[in-house]
Amino acid sequence: MLTFTIRRLVLAVPTLLFISLVIFLLLELAPGDPMAQVPLTVPPEVKEKMREALGLGQPLHIRFWKWIVQFFWIEPQVLIDHYFGTTLSEGKLRVISWQTRSPVMDIVVQRIPQTLWVVGTAYVVAIIIALPIGIYSAYRQYSWFDQLGTFVSMVGFSVPPFFSGVLVIVIFSVQLGWFPSIYDTTHVVNSWDSFVYQLKQMIMPVMVLALQITAQLSRFMRASMLDNLNQDYVRTARAKGLSEYVVVMVHVLRNSMIPVVTVIALGIPSIFGGAIITEQVFKVNGIGQLLIGALQANDLPMVQTLTFIFAVLIVLFNLIADVLYGILDPRIRYD
Amino acid sequence: MTELSQPQPTKPPRSQWYDVWDQFRQHKGAMMGATLFFLIVAAVYLGPYLWDLDPTKTAIRERNQGPSLAHPFGTDQLGRDLLARMMAGGATSVSVGITAMLLALFLGSFVGVLAGFFRKLDGPLMRLTDLFLALPLLPLLLVMMLLFREPLNAAFGLERGIFILIVSAIGITSWMPTARIVRGDVLALKEREFVLAARSIGTTNTRLITRHILPNVLSPIMVSATLGIATAIITESALSFLGLGFPPDFPTWGRLLFDGVDYLQQFPERVIWPGMAISLTVLSVNYLGDGLRDALDPRIRGR
Repeated sequence: MLTFTIRRLVLAVPTLLFISLVIFLLLELAPGDPMAQVPLTVPPEVKEKMREALGLGQPLHIRFWKWIVQFFWIEPQVLIDHYFGTTLSEGKLRVISWQTRSPVMDIVVQRIPQTLWVVGTAYVVAIIIALPIGIYSAYRQYSWFDQLGTFVSMVGFSVPPFFSGVLVIVIFSVQLGWFPSIYDTTHVVNSWDSFVYQLKQMIMPVMVLALQITAQLSRFMRASMLDNLNQDYVRTARAKGLSEYVVVMVHVLRNSMIPVVTVIALGIPSIFGGAIITEQVFKVNGIGQLLIGALQANDLPMVQTLTFIFAVLIVLFNLIADVLYGILDPRIRYD
Repeated sequence: MTELSQPQPTKPPRSQWYDVWDQFRQHKGAMMGATLFFLIVAAVYLGPYLWDLDPTKTAIRERNQGPSLAHPFGTDQLGRDLLARMMAGGATSVSVGITAMLLALFLGSFVGVLAGFFRKLDGPLMRLTDLFLALPLLPLLLVMMLLFREPLNAAFGLERGIFILIVSAIGITSWMPTARIVRGDVLALKEREFVLAARSIGTTNTRLITRHILPNVLSPIMVSATLGIATAIITESALSFLGLGFPPDFPTWGRLLFDGVDYLQQFPERVIWPGMAISLTVLSVNYLGDGLRDALDPRIRGR
């Protein structure tokens, strides 16, 4: 198992390098000019100097190498400095955003808590809702509850977040006036009232995100439970006279959770990606909105770094899911 | 021994597809999904012949009207007829969905068959699939939309350029699941006796693939085709919704939804119509795929 993990970790390095190269080259093909916004009155030689200041004067491979060094070598040093008060990264050039002229990672660190709060809560809520639904609809297969669950999860699959989000805004903000339609990220929770306000503004984005995740997870849970309910060991457990609760909730559930746990792990990065739209609908200024803003402003270092962070998350959680599978199910060992 | 006295089968021989159709008809949701999907497709493609108002014609005096006989869905802020716009938008959305699905299906089956059939290609092609699966797709789609819009517009004209861009972007980023499924099935089929028999009479690889392998992997391909339409329509609408899809004067369902958001307070129905259209189409396609999967699975068939 350990060798498998190490091998996968080592394999992840070229994968990530390749992905970063793909993203870099894709952005390099961009026809957009970062100098397009500069007024025409600026003389060309000044423009050329500005270009060089952005690091655009050098050939392709040097710029790629510089980005790699900045991202993998200097940014971790900044992190270490931040935690231990050392001065490893002093005077070294970090990845700089063209929009704000400040380090990209600083902005990302500012934005991540908002995304994590909304997306994380939605994920937890979805898991809490989806698992019981999946378990019960598998236990009572083809009952009205199961049919309803199937329909609801089909709807969850089919209604895109940009519609369900707008729909809940129409219903709960415009018609009923219960919740604010815009997520206020500057809101500080310091009293009971402000906590209630925070809850109110989180309900709608969490609801929209959770609907989608619940739809997927409950289907998986149901399928996995159904696979296990007809196995021989379940009959043995019943024959031994175990109560129905113990049979289902202990024996079957534990075995059915194995694929579900890996699916949960695999879904985490895609949630970050999927949250881009939800963030846009509810005006949450998380990293999804940061990416869209950077794209529209042609801020290539920001886009490159953010896209790469998404890729790292995907590769990382794929790895975690594979390792979890091996740990949870002793029959599956990759050695 | 009555069976033996009548050795002729009483029923005429039936092809596999009759059985599939029988099983498919049993699935209520699938039949409803199929009917709804064909209705929607007919409405968006044939509707404009019956309702011949121009979706782009502005009439400022008639702007922001509610539903009436002249405009059943009302008019928008420039006085354009919303029913005509919904049909025009639907035609674009459904065309994008179907074309992108075909492209993804072609790429996926091609990679899947090659990887499954030729052992040497298996490793590299599957690594490539893994790589594509590890890419953050929505951000990359957004990047692609932003970067290649202008050159393609210049090369093919505004509407065709965007159409090609969206279809190829969605197709290139969604072929991987099909490739994996097809590869798995081809790997299993390759060891079967009929393939060996075909090979023993000297069938070339190309013929083997087109005559013996491909017809047998048709069912998983068909299932991923239906699901592919659903994801392609949702992706296109998402891109349009984020303002990175089709240009403003060129309606699609996602674009209509995006435009409607600005008038959410006064005219919520402008958001509801395109949203409902997208959701219903995707829902019907999903049910269709669900039924198709059940009907094409020989283990379930006949129950």
